[in-house]
Amino acid sequence: MKSLAELAAIKEKMKDKVVLREGSGEIRVVVGMATCGIAAGARPVLNAFVEKVNEAGLSEKVTVSQTGCIGVCQFEPVVEIFEAGKEKVTYIKMTAEKAAEVVEKHLKGGEVIQEYTISNAIS
Amino acid sequence: MIRSQVLVCGGTGCTSSGSKTLISTFEEELVKYGLQDEVKIVPTGCFGLCEKGPVVIVYPEGTFYSHVKKDDVSKIVEEHLLKGRIVNDLVYADVSEEVKEEASKAVSLNETNFYKTQRRVALRNCGVINPESIEEYIAMDGYAALGKVLTEMTPQDVIKIVTDSGLRGRGGGGFPTGRKWSFTAANSADQKYVVCNADEGDPGAFMDRSVLEGDPHCIVEAMTICGYATGATEGYIYVRAEYPIAVKRLEIAIEQAKEYGLLGENIFDSGFNFNLHVRLGAGAFVCGEETALMTSIEGNRGEPRPRPPYPAVKGLFGKPTTENNVETFANIPQIILRGAEWFASMGTERSKGTKVFALGGKIKNTGLVEIPMGTTLREIIEDIGGGIPNGKKFKAAQTGGPSGGCIPASLMDTEIDYDNLTAIGCMMGSGGLIVMDEDNCMVDIAKFFLDFTVDESCGKCSPCRIGTKRMREILDKITDGKATLEDLDKLEELANYIKQNSLCGLGQTAPNPVLATLRFFRDEYVAHIVDKKCPAGVCKALLNYSIDVDKCRGCTACARKCPVGAISGTVKKPHVIDSDKCIKCGACMDTCKFGAVVKG
Repeated sequence: MKSLAELAAIKEKMKDKVVLREGSGEIRVVVGMATCGIAAGARPVLNAFVEKVNEAGLSEKVTVSQTGCIGVCQFEPVVEIFEAGKEKVTYIKMTAEKAAEVVEKHLKGGEVIQEYTISNAIS
Repeated sequence: MIRSQVLVCGGTGCTSSGSKTLISTFEEELVKYGLQDEVKIVPTGCFGLCEKGPVVIVYPEGTFYSHVKKDDVSKIVEEHLLKGRIVNDLVYADVSEEVKEEASKAVSLNETNFYKTQRRVALRNCGVINPESIEEYIAMDGYAALGKVLTEMTPQDVIKIVTDSGLRGRGGGGFPTGRKWSFTAANSADQKYVVCNADEGDPGAFMDRSVLEGDPHCIVEAMTICGYATGATEGYIYVRAEYPIAVKRLEIAIEQAKEYGLLGENIFDSGFNFNLHVRLGAGAFVCGEETALMTSIEGNRGEPRPRPPYPAVKGLFGKPTTENNVETFANIPQIILRGAEWFASMGTERSKGTKVFALGGKIKNTGLVEIPMGTTLREIIEDIGGGIPNGKKFKAAQTGGPSGGCIPASLMDTEIDYDNLTAIGCMMGSGGLIVMDEDNCMVDIAKFFLDFTVDESCGKCSPCRIGTKRMREILDKITDGKATLEDLDKLEELANYIKQNSLCGLGQTAPNPVLATLRFFRDEYVAHIVDKKCPAGVCKALLNYSIDVDKCRGCTACARKCPVGAISGTVKKPHVIDSDKCIKCGACMDTCKFGAVVKG
């Protein structure tokens, strides 16, 4: 070890691996992973979220987690996004591609993609 | 891409309750469900709640599973990791009612009563990182303090920040750490040493083991910082051979630090060299005393030597040496990184920071807790520790092991810090906290600790070698009901004499358990001597079992259970115990369904 920069580089490289354990992300992405969700393809959606959030460098801010049946099986895969002080956003019929878009626009840009949300489907 | 991490405790407590098998079972199950690339198993150090082990935590949810058995693993993998449903039956959730109402689903670890009032400084990485991975330590700001010290600070700056923080020795002495360092720094010599005292010997204390097992790199880092501050280039960690996991992880940590150039020559290109060695102690209690410890490292029989000269002048191999305890060192990197003011903002006027306590004895949550100095004993026992099991009444807590004293129920609201404990004739010690309830006899407790010091006295000085033995003989007389009140005076006189005349800390503190119990529970001693009774019903020689004729239904259960045939009587008629035959095992009392057997 010759310099602080060298140490910082290792820290940076490892940060993603331990950040999960802090569990204090300001934004929580929850993917419904019950039988209905998995059957409808929730697994690639979950993995896409994990991957894209890391790629976008948002892993300190965003926690990607899973949950059981959210209760609207006809709309699976369902993803809910919780952010302190804001109303919950529920995305439905998600795919890995849509997930990438949500990371880019919503999580990074702060802009909800209305056409993928449940309100769009119901109204 | 890893989306979830399963932390499995690999501390000594959970290892002995089977956490190693859990790790391998988890790995098999993950492969079975095809999750091996998404979920990672991380073995960690102690989480502190040893009572509930083996302990498993799943992140990012932070779900805390307790008492996990091998058969539960497949359920956790299938339900939680595959389907996202938390296995509620296995979740540890001792939380307040408000939290329960708020939380719609399983609560996170930090909201449980056990964790919520803790402040983790020394234990901050225990149960969070994999202790065998230097990269994970670095990710949690590891070695950043060393980097800062070597690139930006002078040795004087380091000593100043440690002094300003108010950190005092956590091994029990409570000597200001910064001053200790400044003494060694002030002495010039061709060679100086840093020694870490990891010879944790108090019965019931295991915080040093936990730090070494859960976060060994922080000790390596802190000792290197101390070396730089005091001008030492060699360090020794003296650790008990009974701590095999700690020894192994320390050795791994030292190897990794060497590979990364964080130990060895020219660290951080500063021209500073530092090397570390591990030495194993053979388990003698006296080797926790600093001069005996150094004598033992030198390869001699572990016996203390008179001070002065103090180690800062003439220590290991006759050279200036700084010796600190594991927990003291564990605070150093955080003090450097976060500043003296941050550290001094926690605690009381003269005792800064936090202290780790090992909770044991008659308490629900056995384990390790780290709390700010100044927390009351009541908070530790009732809120964090969950209170006394089986609805029994709290009687006293023993602090400081065989060198310490006890805090009775009447002083439960004492704010715990070095000076308050000394004021009530107690001591902080290394932080063992053994809780006793109404069923514990205080004379018996004093005898237990004295037994320990009689065994562990090294024999070099006569007050300790002979005096403690004589004290134990008087205690035996008391518990056998053969003592007189003059014996009690003799016991006190002897205790004070040993305290004043012993060579080292072991002897000087050995009478403390007796003096403290005499101070707060003198009536119990008197009951043994004058009334020939043991109020708690522990001392066998003073016990008498009898049967209450009004309650006895003559069911014969006790007579059948008695191993020595001391109970006689006919069916449906009250039975009698022959006290000459009775061996006072208590089997009759446990068997009787009508509460007819009385002890007294």
